[in-house]
Amino acid sequence: MTKTNQPVLEAKNIDKFFYNPVETQVLKKVSFTINRGEFVSVVGKSGCGKSTLLYILSTMDTDYKGELLIDEQVINGKHSNYLSRLRNEKIGFVFQFHYLLNEFSALENVLIPGLKLGKYSREELEHQAMEKLKIFDMQDHALKKANQLSGGQKQRVAIARALINDPLLIMGDEPTGNLDKKNADIVFNIFKELTAEFHQTILIVTHDPEFAEGTDRIIEMEDGRVISGQ
Amino acid sequence: MKWSLILELARALMFARIKQTLVAAVGVTFSITMFVALLGFMNGLNTLLDGLVLNRTPHIRFYNQIKPNPNQPIDLSPEFGKGVNVIRSIKPSNSRLAIYNSEPILKTLNADPRVRGVSAKIAAQVFYNVGSIDLTGVVNGIDPEKEIDLFAFQDYVTVGNPEDLLQTNSIILGKGAADRMLADIGDVIQITTAQGNKAQLKVVGYYQSGLADFDNANSFASINTVQKMMGEPASYLTDIQVKLHDFNQAPAFANEYREIFEIEADDIQTVNAQFETGSSIRTLISYAVGITLLVVSGFGIYNILNMMIYEKLDTIAILKAIGFNSQDVKRIFITIALSIGFIGGTLGLLFGYLSCLGIERIPFETDALPTVKTYPIDFSSKYYFIGGIFSLVTTYLAGFFPARKASSVDPVDIIRGK
Repeated sequence: MTKTNQPVLEAKNIDKFFYNPVETQVLKKVSFTINRGEFVSVVGKSGCGKSTLLYILSTMDTDYKGELLIDEQVINGKHSNYLSRLRNEKIGFVFQFHYLLNEFSALENVLIPGLKLGKYSREELEHQAMEKLKIFDMQDHALKKANQLSGGQKQRVAIARALINDPLLIMGDEPTGNLDKKNADIVFNIFKELTAEFHQTILIVTHDPEFAEGTDRIIEMEDGRVISGQ
Repeated sequence: MKWSLILELARALMFARIKQTLVAAVGVTFSITMFVALLGFMNGLNTLLDGLVLNRTPHIRFYNQIKPNPNQPIDLSPEFGKGVNVIRSIKPSNSRLAIYNSEPILKTLNADPRVRGVSAKIAAQVFYNVGSIDLTGVVNGIDPEKEIDLFAFQDYVTVGNPEDLLQTNSIILGKGAADRMLADIGDVIQITTAQGNKAQLKVVGYYQSGLADFDNANSFASINTVQKMMGEPASYLTDIQVKLHDFNQAPAFANEYREIFEIEADDIQTVNAQFETGSSIRTLISYAVGITLLVVSGFGIYNILNMMIYEKLDTIAILKAIGFNSQDVKRIFITIALSIGFIGGTLGLLFGYLSCLGIERIPFETDALPTVKTYPIDFSSKYYFIGGIFSLVTTYLAGFFPARKASSVDPVDIIRGK
């Protein structure tokens, strides 16, 4: 069903500077390719630039040099509205601190990116969102407000939200960083399942070596350079 | 972008900070309430005060002015006719106050489609004889039915029935004059006309306009009574008062007939220009106060939205991360501001209307205004319309800058910052 060697994301010679307080280069000629269906982790010490890299790859940070292709399309220099649309349609996010909208229920949180995309009617999306929650065994909590859920539950809802628009790529920034061992394992298994069953492409930034061990490919970074795993 | 989603997000954000939102809405409600109540009250008062004069003032008044004849014999002489002649001390000659040919003039005016009504009048200078004292005054000979129809005469007759004037030799005395003469209803008073004729008239009512000077001197009787009193024929009239359908046509109408009838014609705009000025300045002041209130509540909304944005930076960042663009975020916050404005404004209009109803019930009795028992209110929909528009405009402006700030939030800064 999926061509495994088709590139989903390509980074070519990405340089990134911070200017405050002094000019420092945090990314140095970072290049790699992620193909469809891969479960990739980026590891490295704190401050090696892995999170910075993730924000660039996610299109939220546009202040860098080099070339970035998502789904074989060059995206540098594109208008921010185009990037918003791209994020909505093709990228799913999972953050360390869950980042659900506390004003809404779990179901609504999953629903919102779908409503934003506007491809399906609300009824259809509700059905889909419920299906996604079922994958993570969260259907019983669907109507709870986000702030009534535990950390692990929130993270599962966040993953369900990342999946609602059937994205090309899921990105995670330390998705298990804030969870205990048990919940971290649950989340990891969910990712594993997604690649195995749905051929979902996943890119995770983590400093948890155990998590990284379980992924298909590890990209290791040090001092703003990729040292292995291109 | 679907507006239903924007509305849903705006609603959720508002409900998350329901107290602050309510405070902002109450601010708008209060200012719109005050705006509507203030303008309604102020304009009610304006209308009343203007009405004091304007209701009783004809749109055009035709009369004969006693003045020297502009055609002097010297202008006809071949020797001096071409020069500029200056003649000192010319006296009016053979002039009379009565309008010539009053019958055809009345007929012509009545036939004009622009005219709502015509009422003839005689103003007679008289002395009220009180014992050995003579008080000067004016007896106005009027047609009571027409005065009632055109000039709300009955509103100013505080005691008695204006139609009683139709009986000959009856008089409605000005309140001030009656007080000075100690004349009660049913008493017979004696007056002397400027020509020296004496007449006895029965008091059937009191007239009180609210303008004390006017009430001290003026009394009313029927045209017939005054004509008889003065020993003049039935065609004797000194004033013809005209009310038009459209009061703005008065100057043109006056000019037209001044030429045709060759008599003086004063229009209301020329005579009462100062009332317009007073009203417009009062209106201006009430608008200024109302708008000030709205601007203040606008600052309230501005502050509350700014606070909300600081508290909801996470939400804004996550919305941007999952694909909402800057315009969407801006729209969400503008929607919040406009919702506050709309809800606050609607309630404000309602409370404004209610407080107008309340003010209208407050007793307000003064000798100067015999017909007024409570405070006057203008319920014109104009003020509600303006109030509604202003509430939306100020809240939009108050929301614009915070919304722009929210739209420029960089999600990376927020998400990294944790």
